[in-house]
This record gives sequence, structure tokens and C-alpha cells, in this order.
Amino acid sequence: MATATETLALEGRRDNWLSRLFESKAFLIFVCMTPAVGLLVLFLTYPLGLGVWLAFTDARIGRPGEWIGGFNYELLFTDSVFWMSVWWTCFYTAVATVLKFGLGLWLALLLNHHLPLKSLIRAIILVPWIVPTVLSAIAFWWIYDPQFSIISYLLVDVLGWRDTYIDFLGEPWNARFSLIAANVWRGIPFVAICLLAGLQTISPSLYEAAMIDGASPWQRFVRITVPMLMPILAVVLTFSVIFTFTDFQLVYAITRGGPVNSTHLMATLAFQRAIPGGQLGEGAAIAVAMIPFLVAATVCSYFALARRKWQQGGKDD
Amino acid sequence: MKRFSRRDTIKLGAGALAGTVLGASGLRAAIPVSDVAAPDLPIEDGASLRVLRPSKFVDGDELLFRQNTEAFTAKTGVPVTIDIESWEDLRPRTAVSANVGEGPDIVYAWSDDPHKFADSLLDLTDVATYLGEKYGGWYPLAERYGTSGGRWIAMPLGASGGRVVYRKSMLEAVGFSEVPEDLEGFLEMNKALHAAGTPGGLALGNAVGDANAWCYWVMWAHGGAVVDENDQVIINSPETIAALNYAKQLYDTFIPGTLSWLDPNNNKAFLDGQVSWTQNGISVYYALKTSDDPALQAMAEDTYHARMPIGPVGFPTERALIVNGMIFNYTPYPNAAKAYMMHMMEAEQYDPYLNACIGYWGHPLRAYENSAVWTADPKHEPYKTVIGDSLWDGYRGSISEASAAVLSDFVVVNMVASVCSGQATPEEAAAEAERRALRYYRT
Repeated sequence: MATATETLALEGRRDNWLSRLFESKAFLIFVCMTPAVGLLVLFLTYPLGLGVWLAFTDARIGRPGEWIGGFNYELLFTDSVFWMSVWWTCFYTAVATVLKFGLGLWLALLLNHHLPLKSLIRAIILVPWIVPTVLSAIAFWWIYDPQFSIISYLLVDVLGWRDTYIDFLGEPWNARFSLIAANVWRGIPFVAICLLAGLQTISPSLYEAAMIDGASPWQRFVRITVPMLMPILAVVLTFSVIFTFTDFQLVYAITRGGPVNSTHLMATLAFQRAIPGGQLGEGAAIAVAMIPFLVAATVCSYFALARRKWQQGGKDD
Repeated sequence: MKRFSRRDTIKLGAGALAGTVLGASGLRAAIPVSDVAAPDLPIEDGASLRVLRPSKFVDGDELLFRQNTEAFTAKTGVPVTIDIESWEDLRPRTAVSANVGEGPDIVYAWSDDPHKFADSLLDLTDVATYLGEKYGGWYPLAERYGTSGGRWIAMPLGASGGRVVYRKSMLEAVGFSEVPEDLEGFLEMNKALHAAGTPGGLALGNAVGDANAWCYWVMWAHGGAVVDENDQVIINSPETIAALNYAKQLYDTFIPGTLSWLDPNNNKAFLDGQVSWTQNGISVYYALKTSDDPALQAMAEDTYHARMPIGPVGFPTERALIVNGMIFNYTPYPNAAKAYMMHMMEAEQYDPYLNACIGYWGHPLRAYENSAVWTADPKHEPYKTVIGDSLWDGYRGSISEASAAVLSDFVVVNMVASVCSGQATPEEAAAEAERRALRYYRT
């Protein structure tokens, strides 16, 4: 009898201990976050950490590397192809992002008006974003083909405005701007639809009040639309910069980095060196070299555009 | 005794199969064989195989590969799964299997890949020695790619080489009955073709196959090379500069736009009749010949092949893309895998395969010089010696990680392209190529 009571008491204590544990907020937070953290560690932190580690080794395909310190970076520092790719990646990102935002905002403003068949037009606008990048890249590859380009065909054979086909991809600057055009075409829908969502959250009463006060359309745009869009603009800009900076498929499918490496993005160069070239360590170093740029771009767009006081029309302290 | 009877059975089976193929195609010429005993490979119980190979360039390649594989299954009862990977994805996929230690038992891998994974590969010396003795020996190039440290780590299945693919009528229109065999004559021909508005064209973009093929050819033809016999970088030489000057003159006669050409561009331009010649495997001719379109059939009639001209070095300097069969040593069924690869190289299988590919993959074993494929159509003949007399990547030096990296990083192609586009003088381009090659050939 006595033993049974003792057991019961013990169980009671255990229950208390367990239930107390599960009532503890800190423990619950820990338990609930574990799966998400686990996934992040497994699929983000580990590969990133491995990439950073590989960049400090002379790993090749087929054999593990040994620690060689910053030698890969030293090699890259004196490599003109690498510096060309850094410069071109920044240029590509900057020009493409400015164009995507300019055109995307314009498109969003147009779509924010009451148009006939509004939903259909919005759906069509999204098509370039929905089509798999490789497919649109191959379409552009044909459009820019030196022999079979539809643009050259129209200009030379149909309209007779030119005598020769345009060398879209054979000349460095032509190739660069052709790629930027393809990237802008592909990126506009994302910007336009996100900004459209932002525009629709702006209360019409603000515009009405401004109109009563006699504000011009330009003043309404600058004083109401732009500040109210800033939070979403910051987020979209950050994403867009990251997507553009890490672009791979368009360039890889259309030019492979040519002519004479003038369109190698850091991502395509990292792949070319690491996988077909077998120099895993060096490829990893190029990929890791992208991180500072990405962090800087993210921090800038976030802090520059997400200042609250400025958004609310006040001045920063 | 047991060994003999088993081999006998195989021979009988193979003989029966050969009989049917011979009867069906009527194309087979006798492949001379020596009477050599096959290695004893008792197949493991419950064995099954997975084979990874590159995607086809010509239909017959995959068709016969599958048929030959089915014949192996019928003969041995070993089920074989074939995985096919596009040619540029084959290398990463091979690398993953090598690094992870799991995946296909047999991989038909590109050129130097077996050398990267030499330690993870099964020793094939017994099978390769047997096949060599039976079929008149392996060509030196096949042996160079297949062996490492005195043992066979891979067996070349075949090699694809680039030859001049030209339109006879267009050449005749400018007074050339055939492609000149020397560099000067070849340049004259190109100038004439350019003047007549029927230029040729060769890829100068980052085209893994086609651009590397001719850029290495022009450098080697003039006596230039990336490295010497001791893997010392010697690319910045008067010979290379002469090659670059020649390439620039040749480029000036090309159709516009070749600086951006990737691997498919020359095929497209040729099939559209926009270029009078290009350098390619026999796949263009195959596409024309097997087409239902009468216009393309007519173009097939007019399409001929020739060797790339020979430069001051005095011997052919074409490059070959080798495909090597290799077995990862993680396979649970090494004997079955070896028996499979041996089966695929035996005349009963390999000769019909060669015929079906119309020579797209040149043979690595000398006896197949007698295959009917090389006489069935005289236009096949220029591809006969792709393994016989091509040079290897890393020529003059060794096949190594460095030679593969220089090739993949387009060091030679960029050197030629920068001169052709006028971005650099030959001297500057050779110096830049030297600097880039040294990054990989550092000690």
C-alpha cells in the first residue's frame, strides 16, 4: 500500500516536471523553432559554410582539397577575367535594376488605373516571369542569333533599313546590352506586380485630400505615392538586386560568357571554373566573393529606403 | 576446363547473334580477330547494372547502344538500366558520382575525366589487354586516354573528330575541286569563297566542342602548344603568334557573327546553306542524309568531308573528343560491369554500332579499320582515323587536371578570339594566354 502511494507521488512529480517544461515559454519557442532552424542550417548554413571552406582549399573535382589559406583569392586578385566579371556583374545589376524599376513602376502606375480587362492584362504582364528562365533565354538566343535573328530579318530583309545583320552577341557592348534587355524583359513583371500591390494599399482619401488642396499630379506622385511606396520598394529592390546579381541562366544560355569573356557574370565564371574546369576551390572563391556585394546591396537598399521618419514625410535626425 | 566451356558458350551466343546481324544488314565486312582467350569473369549472382552515357548526336548511336545492351541482358540475364545525360551535364553528373561514391556502375565519360577519378576506378587491364590482343591493338591515343600509372582505368568507346564539312558546288564555283591540304591554299580558298559571297565559318564563342576543336588545331598546326613534354607552359611562342596571325586572316573571310557562335550555330548555318564549309563531326551529314526533306537530301549529295589542312609541323593536328567507358570501384558487380564493357567492344556488337553511327564515333581498336562503315560511303573516310592520328588535350604534355582546366576555361579559344576580334595583338593575346595557363600549370 505504501509502495503504491510512493509510485503515484513519483508519477505526479514527473507529470509536474513535464507539464512545467511544456508550459515554459522559452522551451516552447525552442521546440517550435527547431524544425525551421534545422532546415535553414541543413540547406543554407551548411552549403554556405562548405562553400566558404572550399574557397580556402585547393579542392578539385574527384579529390578533397587541402587548406591553402587565401591563395585562391590571391590568384583571383591578379586575374583580369575575374575583375572583368566583377565589373560586369555590378554594371549588369545596376543598369538592369534601374531599368526594371523605372519601367516596372511605370507599368504599375498604368495598371493601377481602371482599365478594361484589367485582370487579363495583369495576368499577361506576369507571363515573362512565369516562363522558365531557360526557355526565355533560348528564345532570346534565337532573337539574337547572328544568322537567324528575327530583328535582323525584319530590318534587313523586310524593311530594308540595314544592309547587314546585327551582330548582337559577337561584339562586347552589343552582347552586354542584349543581355541586359533580356534580363529587364524578364524582371519587369516581378517589380510591376509587387509595386502594384503597394499602390493599392495607399488610401484614396490621401489623393482626394491632396486634390482638394490643389496638388498637381506630379506633386501627388512625389509627395504621396513615392513615400507610401518606400517600404515595399525597399523589399522589392533588395530582392531584385539579389536576383540580378546572382543571375546565371540567361548569360549561360545566351553567350556562355563570351565573346572573349566580356559577359561572364561572377556566377557563370564560378560555374565554369568549378564544374567543367574542375577547380572547385577557385570556383567557390569566386562565389564567396559575391557575398560582400550582396550584403552591401541589401544593407544599402534596406537602410537607405526604410527610414521611417523620412517615409512619413519628416526629416531624419 | 570450366572456364573454357563458359567462354565457348559466350562465343557461340555471340556467333549466332553476329549471324543474324550480318544477314540483316548485309553490310558487315570481316573484322580480323586474333584467337585470344577472354578473361574469366564469373558474373555475380543477382547482378544488375546502371550505365550513364552522353546523349546521342546521331540516332544510330543510341539505337544500337540499346540493342547491344539488350543483347547483353539476353545473354547473361543481367538487367541494365541506361541513363542518358546531355553532353555538358555529363561531366558534373560524373563528378557527383565520384565524390559521393554512389550512382551508375559504368560511366561513358568525357576525355580526361577518368584521370580525375583514377583512384576510384576499377582496374580494366585484363579486359583491355584481351580486346587489344584480339582486335589488332589499341591506337596510341586510346591507350593514352585509357591508362594511368601503367594500368587501364578506362576503355575508349570511340572519339568524335572535327573535319572540314563542305559544299562541293560552292568550292567548285570558286575554282577548287577539293579542300587544299596546306594552310596557304586553304586560306586562298577561303578568300575566294568570301569574295564569292559563300564564306565558311568556325565558332569563336565559348563553344566547348567546336571552338576548342579549331583553335587547338590552328595552334598545333603552326607548331605552337600550351605546354612542352614536361608540362612547362610554352604557349607564348613565335609559333603560336604565327598561328594567331593565320587565324586572323582566316577569320576575316568568315561569315559575320562567328565570335558569338556556340556549338549548335555552325550546324544551323550549314543546314540553312549560309556557309560553304565548317568544321564538324559527321553529324551534319548524318542529319542531311537521313532527312525526308528533298532539299536537304540534295544538300547531302553536295556535302563532302576533308581533313583539316596540315601546317608547317607536317602532320595532322586535329583534336578528338574521346568517350571512355569506366567502372567506379563502388560497384557491387565488378565482373558483370567488365563483361558488359567487353561485350560492347566485341565485333558482334561494335561493328554494327560503328556502322549505325556512320563513323560519328571513330573506333579505338585497329581491327575496325576494316569495318564496312569506312567504305560504304566514301564521304565517311575522312573520319576513319579520328583516334588514329588526332592529338590529345594537353598535347606535348600530359593529360591532367591542368590541361582540362585550360580547355574548360577557353584559354586557347579566348586567345584566338581576342586576336580575331581585334581586341588584342597576337603578341598580347599569347602573353595573356600564357599568364592564364600558368595559373593552372603552377607547381
